[in-house]
Amino acid sequence: MIVSGKELIARRIAKELQDGQIVNLGIGLPTMVANYLPKEVEIFLQSENGFIGIGPTPPEGQHDKDLINAGNQFVSIKPGGSFFDSAASFGIIRGGHVDVTVLGTLEVDSEGNIANYIIPGKLIAGMGGAMDLCTGAKHVIIATTHTDKHGKPKILKKCRLPLTACKEADIIVTDMAFIERTENGLVLREIAPDTTVENVLSKTEADLIIPPDGVKTMAV
Amino acid sequence: MNKVRTIEEAVSRIEDGASIMLGGFMAVGTPEKLIDATIKKGVKNLTIICNDAATPGAGAGKFVDARVIKRYITNHIGLNPVFGKQMREGEVEVILTPQGTFAERIRAGGAGLGGFLTPTGVGTLVQEGKEVITIEGKDYLLELPLTADVALIKAHRADRSGNLVFRKAARNFNPLMATACQYVIVEAEHIEDVGTIDPDAVMLPGIFIDAVVQG
Repeated sequence: MIVSGKELIARRIAKELQDGQIVNLGIGLPTMVANYLPKEVEIFLQSENGFIGIGPTPPEGQHDKDLINAGNQFVSIKPGGSFFDSAASFGIIRGGHVDVTVLGTLEVDSEGNIANYIIPGKLIAGMGGAMDLCTGAKHVIIATTHTDKHGKPKILKKCRLPLTACKEADIIVTDMAFIERTENGLVLREIAPDTTVENVLSKTEADLIIPPDGVKTMAV
Repeated sequence: MNKVRTIEEAVSRIEDGASIMLGGFMAVGTPEKLIDATIKKGVKNLTIICNDAATPGAGAGKFVDARVIKRYITNHIGLNPVFGKQMREGEVEVILTPQGTFAERIRAGGAGLGGFLTPTGVGTLVQEGKEVITIEGKDYLLELPLTADVALIKAHRADRSGNLVFRKAARNFNPLMATACQYVIVEAEHIEDVGTIDPDAVMLPGIFIDAVVQG
């Protein structure tokens, strides 16, 4: 099976999640990660609007008016789930009780800075819970296409847009590469099956370190 | 004490220029009838404090459609294009606050705290104009409490003295906002006699509530 694009990103991130973890998935592509979890891995999805245990979207006609995720989609709650107010929800997030958050981004840079909430003069959506999630979650995984819709790199030497959080990105997974942030900089661990290291480097503005044991092919 | 009122009676105390905390997250847990009645009363120049701007025609979006807002304290407005236009044209002043900071500022406002220290927003635009305090080598922003004149909130069950039970994700900011405002109106789906809600099941004590209206 050849997997590419967003599905590749979601499948690769799903492999990073471990049994029993509390995970918050951002809107859009990150939400897809839940579809590809290995059978033996059970995670607890936190929804910042106030619950743990997000379940699948119910069929049309069985939606509950009081049960949406943070992306305004109707969802369900799994057995064992629980509801709480927004202060408790962000206590959970800020307090380091969320193991992993997966977020999309506009830009991310070599220091792990993340910019994903505002394009001055163009897009002013607001940061929602993203700043708290990036700051509070133990592990921040960025899920993004490698380049923007004009083909320009999104992984930069230094973010140019206003930041969502400083030095918080731990792993960046794109349709071309799996990149880990270390003290020395960004390390290119894996590349997509349909690309080359040279191609990844040419579409990345940030410097990428090639590890001594080589770059692997992303297995999903 | 019987706090049940008609909607018109309950909103009659809301005046021009009032600051209003509005419960809900994308209109889930938002008191729609209280919004309609407040708009119908004809108040303007409002400061609205709400998680988001919902969508046109729903929840907070109705205040946006009615063009009665002067200032909006929120964290996400991206799903309401009408609001986006008003903001770009300078009709509404918008103050964006990270969602966790927004919730905690309201909690602090209701809990008598002078503020709190949060790592959220350090090194971002949110830091501008705020004091940075370093505790054991880590930087935090000093965030101040948030209070308002009026809270419009939504509950699933209320007894006549205002004890509340919320339902599922409709709880969100409702119990917090009820603690941080001078005058608190709850729109309840079910109004019951005092004593029917088990005290262990009460999610917000009735002491915070001034008026109960039928949802």
